[in-house]
Order: sequence, then structure tokens, then C-alpha cells
Amino acid sequence: MWLWKKSWLAPTLVIIGMLIVWESATMILAMPTWLLPAPTIIAREIITSWSAFQQHFWATTSLAVIGFIVGVSIGLLLALVLHLCPRIRQSIYPILIMSQNIPIIVLAPLLVIWFGFGLFPKIIVITLVCFFPIVIATLAGLGQTNDDLLHYLRMSGASKKQIFLKLELPHSVPSILSGLKISATYSVMGAVISEWLGANRGIGLYMTLAQSSFRTDRVFVAIFFIMLVCMCFFGTILFLEHRVLKGFQKRGRS
Amino acid sequence: MAELAVKQLTKGFGNKCVLEDLTFSIDKGEFVSILGPSGSGKSTLFHLIGGLLQPDAGEISINKQQINGMTGQIGYMPQNPSLFPWRTVLDNVVLGQELHGKPNLALAMEMINKAGLSEMETTYPDELSGGMKQRVAFIRALLSPQQLLCLDEPFSALDEFTRQDMQNWLLTVWQAYRKSILFITHSIDEALYLSDRIIVLSTNPARIKAIFQPSFPHPRQQRLLLSDEFLSWKRKVTKAVRQA
Repeated sequence: MWLWKKSWLAPTLVIIGMLIVWESATMILAMPTWLLPAPTIIAREIITSWSAFQQHFWATTSLAVIGFIVGVSIGLLLALVLHLCPRIRQSIYPILIMSQNIPIIVLAPLLVIWFGFGLFPKIIVITLVCFFPIVIATLAGLGQTNDDLLHYLRMSGASKKQIFLKLELPHSVPSILSGLKISATYSVMGAVISEWLGANRGIGLYMTLAQSSFRTDRVFVAIFFIMLVCMCFFGTILFLEHRVLKGFQKRGRS
Repeated sequence: MAELAVKQLTKGFGNKCVLEDLTFSIDKGEFVSILGPSGSGKSTLFHLIGGLLQPDAGEISINKQQINGMTGQIGYMPQNPSLFPWRTVLDNVVLGQELHGKPNLALAMEMINKAGLSEMETTYPDELSGGMKQRVAFIRALLSPQQLLCLDEPFSALDEFTRQDMQNWLLTVWQAYRKSILFITHSIDEALYLSDRIIVLSTNPARIKAIFQPSFPHPRQQRLLLSDEFLSWKRKVTKAVRQA
């Protein structure tokens, strides 16, 4: 298995070690469960509440996937436009950076006021957190091509379109994949935040309910599943990268 | 019939004149070397012929058609191989064709095999040695549809042994496919060994200093490098270069 390498052994051991410290700390300090539940209690809760939890799990996962796809599409499109029209790039780039300074937590309630509780405002939230890494990574990949290769193409009479298709686009593939990895993990966070606004299902909703009823163990269940979804997304992109690049990355940088 | 004709070509940047009044031509199937010290404006000359720069005065023409500032009129082999790392050897050699039409894969395979790169067509450039990369780069230029090839110090980064191998290899392949070649170099030995004609450039600004036509018979062999005739030519050319 390509995922199971020796490099996974060390982090796994560290995580197990941390769980043991956590477990013994709650025992020694006689920590009340509502303050900090022990890992074993959380694990039991994960198993017992799964049947009730799974609808939230799937709701958030599908929301994150949809948001991710929309965000990445917009990000890629925007990056292409900005790359091909340097004028637009100059005027839009600062706005892009500013868009990342808008606190999503503040923006989210506004979106509800404007667009209601449906899917649309949620997708906007996820898109806002997802598109930026893609735009930046794609622009970097398209812009920082090898000068020698560019010189060869220009001397050989390549058109602007050919330079884009034969050099810039393939050269940017590793960068785009790096951007995808970041966006994929962000999209889950975005989905959970968007569910805090108001949703009838989802890990975000579950988390708020658990928190307000002092079911700290359930809050940790939610955290556990958020991490799980994130890791699955990340793993999927990693797998894709592995398939697409097949040693390209090493070559692309040389 | 002249393949490439350069007439009274002048080019400067700002107040500095880089090329002054260059006039020369290359006949069909001829191998011409441009010899000059570094910084003698050789690259500028290539950029002009390649169409990336516009001359200040003068005319460049191929087959009597003026090509000032027109790109895509030459096949080009740069100083370093400039192979595309995500393309296999086969995909790399057909790139020149791709830019101007549909690639001819059968011909490409034939060339790869003849060039001593058999069974390498699916490997990626990073698995090739320096000499092999240059072979691929030369085949790419040779497969390009243009009749004139411009080679920009292609062997300057190779070690002496590889370079001699490559020179012999280049002559064999060129003999078989016979395109006109304009070859830039700063090695006198290389220029004498490879070319039919040598144009010596002066520096600041570059003018044509001398033209030599050694015309050693083909096929040329390594021992030519130590023959008396070769050495006497070398003395003459060296003298011309020194005065430059």
C-alpha cells in the first residue's frame, strides 16, 4: 500500500502516547466528564451515537464536497483569467487578499440575512475559504515557469496559446495539486462554520447543540469526525497527486 | 541557392552598438559556424534570426523571403537541452513539429532509433545523461519542419570526451538528414572540425572579422584534429580570433 509507509509509524506512536497521557491525566485529576472527557469515554460515545450522528456526518461531508467543487472551480477560473489578463490581475489581486481578511464568523450572519438559511449562503462561505489557496497556487504555477523552456518555445515560433498549453499549464499541475490539498481541508472547516449559522442537520449543528447542553464528550465526537473527514479529503487529493504526477513533481522541479 | 541571407544587419541597445553591418549567407545543406569570444553579440544575432528582436537596419531572409521580426522560421537548439521534464523522449522530440502542425511519430521513432536512443522513447529527461539530453534536443530541432537549424553553443556544458562523441554523432546525423546549420561556438577546434565555413566575429560591436573555408572531406575522424592541415588552419583561425 502506497499510503502505509514507515514514515507513518512515528506520528501514530506520538498520537497513542498523547492519548495515554490524556487518559491518565483525567483519571489522576478526577476530571469531571463535562469539563474534559477521557478518550475512552469519547470512543464509547462515538460508537453509541453513530446511528444518530451519521445523518449529520453525511450532511456535512456532502456540503463540504459541493462547496469544495464550487470553490475550486471558481478559484481555477479566476486564476486563469488573472493570468491571461495581467491588467485585470493588477486591479483584482489586492481585492483578493482583502477578501481573506473578512472574518467569516462576522460575514456568515450577514449572508443569512441576505440569502436565508438555504444551501446558497453556505456554499458562499465554503467558497470564500476554498478559492484563495487555489488562486494563489495556480498563479504561482503558471507564472514561474522555466526560462530556458520559455526561450526555446519563443525561438521556435510558439504562439501565446501554445506557450500556455504546452508550458504554463502542465508546469502548474503540481502547484494546483498543492493548492487543492489546502483547500480540501479548509472546505470541511468552512462547511462546519456555515452550519453554525443555521441548519437542520450537520456536524456544525450537532456541535452547537452538544456544547449548549454541556455534552462535552459529544463535542469531541464532532471534532473527531471533522478530523476524519479532513483526513479523507486530504488522502483523496494525495492519491490523485500520486496518480497524476507519478514522479512528475521530482522532475518538474529539476 | 542561399538558404539564409543576412544583409547589412545592425542592432544596438541604447547607445551601445552590438552588431554592425553583418553580411553573410548560408547555402542549402551547408554547415556554418560563427566563432567569437563571449559577449560578442552571438546571442543577439540568434535572437534576430529567431525573430524575437527587430534589427535596427538590414535584412534577414530565408529563401529570398524577408523574415525580419518573424518567429517560427528556424529550428532551434539552445545552449542547455531545455527538454520538457513532464514529456517523454518521444513527446519531447516531436515538440518542434507540434508547434507547426501534426507530429509525425513514425519518423520520430526512426530518428530516435538511428540516434542511438533506441528503447529510450518512453523515458523522461531526468533519467538521461548530459550527452543524451543534447541528442534529444538536436533531434527535436532536426524534426522541426524548418530547413534551417540554429544551434547555440550546444556542447559547451559537456565534458571533453562527451563533446567529441557528440560532435561525431552530430556530423553523422546531419550527413543523413542534411539541413542547413548555423552553429554558434567559442571553440576553434569545434568550429574547424564541424563546419564547411567559419565566420569569425570581433567584439564591441560585432563585425565580420574573417571567413574561412577549410573544407575537410567527410566523413571526418578524430585523428583529423592532430593532422598538419588541421593544425595549420587552426593557427590561421586563432590568429584571426586573437586580433578580434
